Amino acid sequence: MKNVLSILIFLPLAGSVLLGFMRGHDRLMRWSALGVTVATFLVSVAVLLAFNPATHEMQFVERYPWAPSFNIEYAVGVDGISILLVLLTTLLCPICVLASWTAITSRAQEFMIAILVMEAAMIGTFVALDFVLFFVFWEAMLIPMYLIIGVWGGPNRIYSAIKFFLYTLAGSLLLLVAIIVLYFAGGNTFDILTLMGRSYSATVQFWVFWAFFLAFAIKIPMIPFHTWLPDAHVEAPAAGSIILAGILLKMGGYGFLRFCLPMVPDASLAFSTIIMTLSVGAILYGAFMALAQTDVKKLIAYSSVSHMGFVTLGIFVLNTRGVEGALLQMVNHGITTGALFLAIGQFYDRSHSRLLEDFGGISKPMPMYGALWVIFSFSSFGFPGTNSFIGEFLVLVGSFERHWLLATAATLGLILSAFYMLWVVRKALFGTVVKSLSGSLPDLNVRELVAAIPLAVLVFVIGLYPRPWLSVMHASVEHLLMQVGAATPLQFTEVWTRP
Amino acid sequence: MQYITPLAPAYPELFLLVMICVVLVVDLFVSDDRRIVTYALTQLTLGGCVAITYATASPEPVYTFSGMFVDDVMADVLKLLVYLGVMAVLVYSRAYITAREMFRGEFFVLALCATLGMMIMISANHLLTLYLGLELLSLSLYSMVALQRDSAVATEAAMKYFVLGALASGMLLYGMSMLYGVTGVLEITRLAQIIAEGGGRDVVLVFALVFVVAGLGFKLGAVPFHMWVPDVYHGAPTAVTLFIGSAPKLAAFAFIMRLLAQGLGAEQLAVEWQQMLIVMAVLSLAVGNITAIAQSNLKRMLAYSTIGHMGFLLLGILAGNLVGYSAGMFYVVIYVLMNLGAFGMIMVLARSGFEAENLEDFKGLNARNPWYAFVMLLLMFSMAGVPPTVGFYAKLAVLQAVIGAGFVWLAVVAVLFALIGAFYYVRLVKLMYFDAPEDTAPIEPRRDVRILMGANGLAMLVLGVLPEPLLRLCISSIQASF
Repeated sequence: MKNVLSILIFLPLAGSVLLGFMRGHDRLMRWSALGVTVATFLVSVAVLLAFNPATHEMQFVERYPWAPSFNIEYAVGVDGISILLVLLTTLLCPICVLASWTAITSRAQEFMIAILVMEAAMIGTFVALDFVLFFVFWEAMLIPMYLIIGVWGGPNRIYSAIKFFLYTLAGSLLLLVAIIVLYFAGGNTFDILTLMGRSYSATVQFWVFWAFFLAFAIKIPMIPFHTWLPDAHVEAPAAGSIILAGILLKMGGYGFLRFCLPMVPDASLAFSTIIMTLSVGAILYGAFMALAQTDVKKLIAYSSVSHMGFVTLGIFVLNTRGVEGALLQMVNHGITTGALFLAIGQFYDRSHSRLLEDFGGISKPMPMYGALWVIFSFSSFGFPGTNSFIGEFLVLVGSFERHWLLATAATLGLILSAFYMLWVVRKALFGTVVKSLSGSLPDLNVRELVAAIPLAVLVFVIGLYPRPWLSVMHASVEHLLMQVGAATPLQFTEVWTRP
Repeated sequence: MQYITPLAPAYPELFLLVMICVVLVVDLFVSDDRRIVTYALTQLTLGGCVAITYATASPEPVYTFSGMFVDDVMADVLKLLVYLGVMAVLVYSRAYITAREMFRGEFFVLALCATLGMMIMISANHLLTLYLGLELLSLSLYSMVALQRDSAVATEAAMKYFVLGALASGMLLYGMSMLYGVTGVLEITRLAQIIAEGGGRDVVLVFALVFVVAGLGFKLGAVPFHMWVPDVYHGAPTAVTLFIGSAPKLAAFAFIMRLLAQGLGAEQLAVEWQQMLIVMAVLSLAVGNITAIAQSNLKRMLAYSTIGHMGFLLLGILAGNLVGYSAGMFYVVIYVLMNLGAFGMIMVLARSGFEAENLEDFKGLNARNPWYAFVMLLLMFSMAGVPPTVGFYAKLAVLQAVIGAGFVWLAVVAVLFALIGAFYYVRLVKLMYFDAPEDTAPIEPRRDVRILMGANGLAMLVLGVLPEPLLRLCISSIQASF
């Protein structure tokens, strides 16, 4: 178990190299991709089983010097904040492979390689304990994702791919400057745990906070930095959307929890109201935009903006319920939205349309599909008994403790999400089948069921018995809030006085 | 005072000089269809230089020719990189120049002369030596640009290069003469001593500095002295563009190190040139990266991108400490590596009567040849500075040096322009991967080019994962030379 996290990172990477030698062996290549992702998932389950939830300390830590001239280490480890996100990543990747099993026809080999490289980079981002290592993984995701959208995407893929790339790069580069500033302010080290333990001057905190904010807010995305998301989602192939919505968006939330709160707590405290307001804005705006969409993928994309608003809201209410709710909500959103994009992909494989008007009465020819769709829709708007209910409920409870007005407004978002999700259910599943499609809609096959059912099971497992999931993160979240709790809000007068 | 000058530190230069004469003579007796002999002899010469430089390397600086010439670790490392760079250029160019009837002795002799010039610049410890090396390099390059004498574009480029280059040399020389007037010495180490003792606040000294920096700016192609770069890069035959864009940048870096860092590096004076370099760096980043977006010709685009990269290099140097100099050295080495690959790729795609120098010519490269598309993708992302390619570490090193020196705002400016720069690199990737090919001619370079190109591309990735050895080399060579 000593090097288990490195195995998690390098297993998909090795798999991608292996896949490179399988030109022409299409079946073997697909099965190998599936095998590698499933194996990675099993390793991560082993990590979860061996994980000790009683401590906030990093576990399974590995440290090797990497570039000593820069003071960069290869350092990885997990705690209660990152472990569930790692698990989410390894869970969704086999599903991505299954989702693109027949959907990707051209250059399938390169596609699978890109998925595996993505997986390695995403896991690396969540477990990195060195700031530069984190940044390398964070940025390394851009290249395969850019290609996934741009090569295998829809008609407007090129515009979306470039927009996605430049938008994300803009945030990242300022993050890089912030990292280097922290390096000098924190005593010439990139070690994340050491940097957390230092206290920084008001000026440093102020600027670093906004650099962090920009980088993470673009990734989440918060308004007003969300405009890349609907484009990228709509144009990406199903597997790309699952990765984007399921995992990539979580990186922003993870960044706030891992870096922003513990490293610049004074600034985080001082600006938390602004972020909360923006979050509630995102919740409402995303919901209203979702109501107006005719493209189902775009609708789910805007619903993501709305649901991720709950995540940032929960993080910045800065109490246990809020943060735990936010963290759980990240996992929930990954599962639910991943599943919804999977389902849209499955319908698209049959009908080659994502427009709501082409859906209709699907539940008659495809009863199993209909049942799953209903489950995920209910989960999406937080129906009690499903996973999202727990997450969003905790966030709302947390925010009522902090700010009743914002919490009330956020609740409205929950109602709106029921509006648009039920509207889609009514329109897509019931009513009459669109003429041109009747007869061409076989129900889900085994492969598609295998991809969807684990997610459906998780919806209920987390929804009905959330305690084990919350207890995994509890110690780390408490420790995090203790770090923030000791902070005093930043005084603006300090920012502008030179030290 | 020694009466017999120890020649050992200059063995590589002497060997190269002898071999230039040999190549020149041998080439007379070689018929056109056996010109390969000249080529092989040139490569062998460079290989010999590698061996000699490696064998005569010394950990301590050794001075000779009455202190006009120095052999230190930085010189050895840079020279080795220059040889390797020139060898790579020749490998990449061979098919290209053969198809354009430039596969002649002149090309190789000029390339070797230019190499000699670079070596002298790198090892100069005297303003005159420095100037002689620079002129030897420049004159060889002017003639190489004009080698395709029937091409109007190339001739125009050569004229521009020559006139502006001569102007720059004049400025430099004027600055140097003022330095001599103030201090009475030309030897760089003595110059530094005298300035350090005298305080270096003399107005004339600062005035001289302005001219020297302007001259350097010209040679480096930094804004506002960049006008020649796009025209020369565009107009010259691609093989020559590749040559200009690779090894001479290493020599230019050495030039700056010798003159600014070693000669005029006294603290009071460093503040003065720091300010000038800040202006030049920011302008270079801005003009280079923004103008590159508007280009449809790849060579021109890379020329503007070069200007942007030189801005980054200046950022490292203007930090004014050893960390900054090593960051600058690391950056310039990586830059040369990326440039070799990018221009090499243009020549891989080019064939007789077809230049492959427009962005459109790269359309659908992935469909035509996935391997070269992947190599070019690595090169482009490395230029954009996206990890895990090595370009990221080059930028990281420079940003770290700049922020460490207290210029956080400069770092922010630099990353913003790097972001703008990313756009046109990514656009090329877009053309290669997302668009359908228009040109369907097979891409079949010779085996040596194939291997070199693969190694060049993979180096981006390998050095990106393991940057430490190269970084350590740069840091230790800078430390050993100051």
